Amino acid sequence: MGTLPELFAAWFAGRGWTPRPHQLALLRAAAAGDSALLIAPTGGGKTLAGFLPSLVTLHRTPRPPGPGALHTLYISPLKALAVDIARNLMAPVEDMGLPIRIETRTGDTPQNRRARQKDDPPHILLTTPESLELLLSQPEAGEFFGGLGAVVVDEIHALAGSKRGDQLALGLARLGRLAPAARRVGLSATVAWPEPLRAFLSPSGRAGDVRLVQVRGGAPPELSITLPEGRLPWGGHMGLASMPEVYRRIREAGVTIVFVNTRAQSELCFQALWRLNDDNLPIALHHGSLTVEQRRKVEAAMAAGKLRAVVATASLDLGIDWGNVDQVIQVGAPKGVARLLQRVGRANHRMDEASRAILVPANRFEVIECTAALEAVRHGELDGDPPRPGGLDVLAQHVLAMACHAPFHPDEFFAEVTRAAPYATLSRRDFDDVVRFVEDGGYALKVYERFRKLFRDAEGLVHVRDTRVARQLRMNLGTIVETPLIKVRLRGGPVLGEVEEWFVSTLVAGDCFIFAGQTLRFEALDAMSAVVSRGGEGDPRVPAYAGSRLPLSTWLAARVREILHDPRKWRLLPQPVRDWLRLQQKQSALPEKDGMLVETFPRGSRWFMVAYCFEGRLAHQTLGMLVTKRMERLGFGPLGYLATDYVLATWSAFEPTDVAQFFEEDILGEELEEWMAESSMLRRTFRNIATIAGLLEKNYPGQEKRPRQMTMNADLIYDVLRKHEPDHVLLRATRQEAAGGLTDVARIGLVLARAKGRIKHMALDRVSPLAVPALIEEGREWVAGGAEDALLAEAEAMVDDVTGGAEAFSGLLAEVTEAVRVRAGIVDKPRHRERRPRNARFIRTAPRGVTGA
Amino acid sequence: MTAAPIHVAGERLMLDPAGVLHWPARRTLVVADLHLEKGSSFAAAGRFLPPYDTRETLERLALLLRRWRPVRIIALGDSFHDRGGAARLPLAEAEALRRMLAGLEMVWVLGNHDPDPPEGLPGLAAEEFTDGRLVFRHQALPPASRFATQPGAEISGHFHPKATMATRAGGITRPCFLADGRRVMLPAFGAFTGGLDVRDPAIADLFPRGARAFLLGRERLFSMPTGPCRMPAVPAPAAPFA
Repeated sequence: MGTLPELFAAWFAGRGWTPRPHQLALLRAAAAGDSALLIAPTGGGKTLAGFLPSLVTLHRTPRPPGPGALHTLYISPLKALAVDIARNLMAPVEDMGLPIRIETRTGDTPQNRRARQKDDPPHILLTTPESLELLLSQPEAGEFFGGLGAVVVDEIHALAGSKRGDQLALGLARLGRLAPAARRVGLSATVAWPEPLRAFLSPSGRAGDVRLVQVRGGAPPELSITLPEGRLPWGGHMGLASMPEVYRRIREAGVTIVFVNTRAQSELCFQALWRLNDDNLPIALHHGSLTVEQRRKVEAAMAAGKLRAVVATASLDLGIDWGNVDQVIQVGAPKGVARLLQRVGRANHRMDEASRAILVPANRFEVIECTAALEAVRHGELDGDPPRPGGLDVLAQHVLAMACHAPFHPDEFFAEVTRAAPYATLSRRDFDDVVRFVEDGGYALKVYERFRKLFRDAEGLVHVRDTRVARQLRMNLGTIVETPLIKVRLRGGPVLGEVEEWFVSTLVAGDCFIFAGQTLRFEALDAMSAVVSRGGEGDPRVPAYAGSRLPLSTWLAARVREILHDPRKWRLLPQPVRDWLRLQQKQSALPEKDGMLVETFPRGSRWFMVAYCFEGRLAHQTLGMLVTKRMERLGFGPLGYLATDYVLATWSAFEPTDVAQFFEEDILGEELEEWMAESSMLRRTFRNIATIAGLLEKNYPGQEKRPRQMTMNADLIYDVLRKHEPDHVLLRATRQEAAGGLTDVARIGLVLARAKGRIKHMALDRVSPLAVPALIEEGREWVAGGAEDALLAEAEAMVDDVTGGAEAFSGLLAEVTEAVRVRAGIVDKPRHRERRPRNARFIRTAPRGVTGA
Repeated sequence: MTAAPIHVAGERLMLDPAGVLHWPARRTLVVADLHLEKGSSFAAAGRFLPPYDTRETLERLALLLRRWRPVRIIALGDSFHDRGGAARLPLAEAEALRRMLAGLEMVWVLGNHDPDPPEGLPGLAAEEFTDGRLVFRHQALPPASRFATQPGAEISGHFHPKATMATRAGGITRPCFLADGRRVMLPAFGAFTGGLDVRDPAIADLFPRGARAFLLGRERLFSMPTGPCRMPAVPAPAAPFA
């Protein structure tokens, strides 16, 4: 092998193609039995490159049907992608008449086909990480995978670093034992960190064992920025002012994807476009809260060329290749360069043609951010965080799954697990604690021994107790935990999708809101869903989703700072933005590249402090909590704070002086720890971890109500466990994930280190030009429609009553947006923690901004 | 801590924000739905919840005994999560419970989770317990039953009532007492006990003229009326409740 057989060469020639260099490079790697990571921009024939060696091998040495027939396993993050690839792969196989059978296996595969696949596997099986784990947990897995020659992992950059990636890495480690001869192929979009990806793919966990095939270039994307006609908005993130321009671009191009940053934004943009749509262009909507059927319908219409545009969120970042998209429009700041490129790559899936994309910033700060992103793309620079270490909860699930497969020896199993790159640094203590957790809960108090799920025999092998345990495992397998959602159902009609429960809890009958592209009137809550009817009067609201907004990447933030700081770079910016910055320069100062600008000024009867930290909203959210706590202690009477991607703003009763004292590094000490333990972020993390680890039952969307004694409130468990066994492995896993996995705490450290001794304090007599967007945000985020004002004012007194004034309002909000679950009409919420000082009760932040940080 | 006094059937009762009821005239402490050994009950089904729920529940109860110094405790049923619960009590917890009950009159009203008297523990077990004009039972009787003709008032548990108070940031939900002139329903006291919304027909139907909910706070109760209006009718969830 290493060269293309006659038959294949003829097939290429017949289509007017020649094999690309990277396709041949993968053939050579396969011939040498080496694993390889292919990094290429979209449209480079990546998928074919991944499969070509397998097709050639199966052509040269056909495999007889039977239990050992499986030659190539393909794993993709999306079911739909697996199905689509299977279809595309059929073309060359049929054209050349190759003796190859290709099948998919996902959660949708019917039971009888699965059973048949076990005895009579196809030559090429396309599946997902979850289905792979299920296959591996079967006693017959050894035979099934024994003859495996290759494993192809698609979109590997989207998997590595996530919990699904952890699960896949563990599965690959097991495959490494069942089929040591199988080489691996990883297919990835361009990333900033290829080395961890190589390690992720490697059978040994070491990057050096995997060949790197990198395809550079392709045509560079054509990117431009479009500003709204008329005045450039000071604040806001929706970008609605630019919709006429967006509509014009849609009309002028063939097919457009309009990417936005949040689902709420997608609803608003979609409505705005349809208001302008005098030509009745087919424009559709696609986001993660719509029903699957709805999304499939839109995707199918797109694939069939029936749409002119689709307004989409990250739900379309990955996915099948439509090939006919002419342009991508990104509304709102891209927040990260890698993400922008991924989206841009959705246009024109042909490598030699440039992808066309237009950036539509929603406000002045976003203009700078878009400019920074454009600069980065022009210089071929990327951002993104490298994968984090693997989660112990996923490991717990895997331990049980592997015990269901066959008895294991802990030493060998540990060695196997640490060959998976995410677990390369796993300590033996953590491993043993996880096994003990699976065994009987692993509590210091040994009372569950007689309920053990695992037992050890005389030779030290660990067995699973019985088939009931295996059944329970298979029911709960998977690493995706749904947030508490509630269905939206048209009265006497279909389900339109799901919104977060807390949003429904703010609705009263007659309220209207925008969802699934229509204005709906809320009628009532029944056991399973929010019942709505079409139409409605008054200002509609838009459901927001906690945590749906990605924070600005560290790297892009640095570039934004650089542009702001250096007037020579302003020539990249449009005139109004330049004027704005000049005004800032005159009236206050520009943020430093290193160091930190802090402004204080009076406004109304309050004192404002605006700190230009540029570390992303999540980090600022936490920082705001810590800084106001410190202000409180020092007697400045903080009243509230607000976090944007760029700044932290606080307001207080007294003039903040000697501002450096609020940003001393020791605020990250005890105050942080104490706050972290109580924070809703940790509670939410614990809920996910406890579910994945098998402590709590998974919620199945659309599932019938379970008997109530089977439901369990994660918050109550968290409280009890934290009090009685704070060092339990699940709490360790929770803290590790919250502190290490989420980068915001690390980013606060960066802010504080940068600020140390380098704070530039400008005491102003009024608001500065740069601070205006942040102060506008307060209003923008809080009040969506005029009618809400009265509602909010009325309820404020009640919050006070409920909490006795003892709770910071932001704390309430965080819980309301995240910790509320509705199950069959029962609103269930954790008991509240009341440790906040009375005079902090006006602290508030916007619901959407509160993501637990 | 501020307890809220209420008057039913001519008796003055104190609602404690910790979720128990004290009857000063009889020096009686009433507690509902302890669900002891819920953790081990789940463990037997393959979910290893932290085995500290009994300890936690008893510690909280001990605190209340010191606060109110009662001579009698009435547990309103579902004191154990299942029939075998009392037998599964770890030694230390069983010992603590016996010490706690020493010198007290103990009444175990039986519930659907624990239909038999707890093994090896002191006290009187009863389906219903009546003292003066108050009757103590696990599950409230429906309005159209002998309840209609009974004198006095009923003190019950079983439903784990919870209520949501609307705020501008959405609802805030807490366990609560629920009372009208003839009934008092107690929140569940156990460490791992969830709750049922008071607007659920299963609860709302018991208070046809509406009731007052007392939401539990750290230091005090927060009260609000719950109207006779309720959630749209859906098939009522079948008891038993966790």
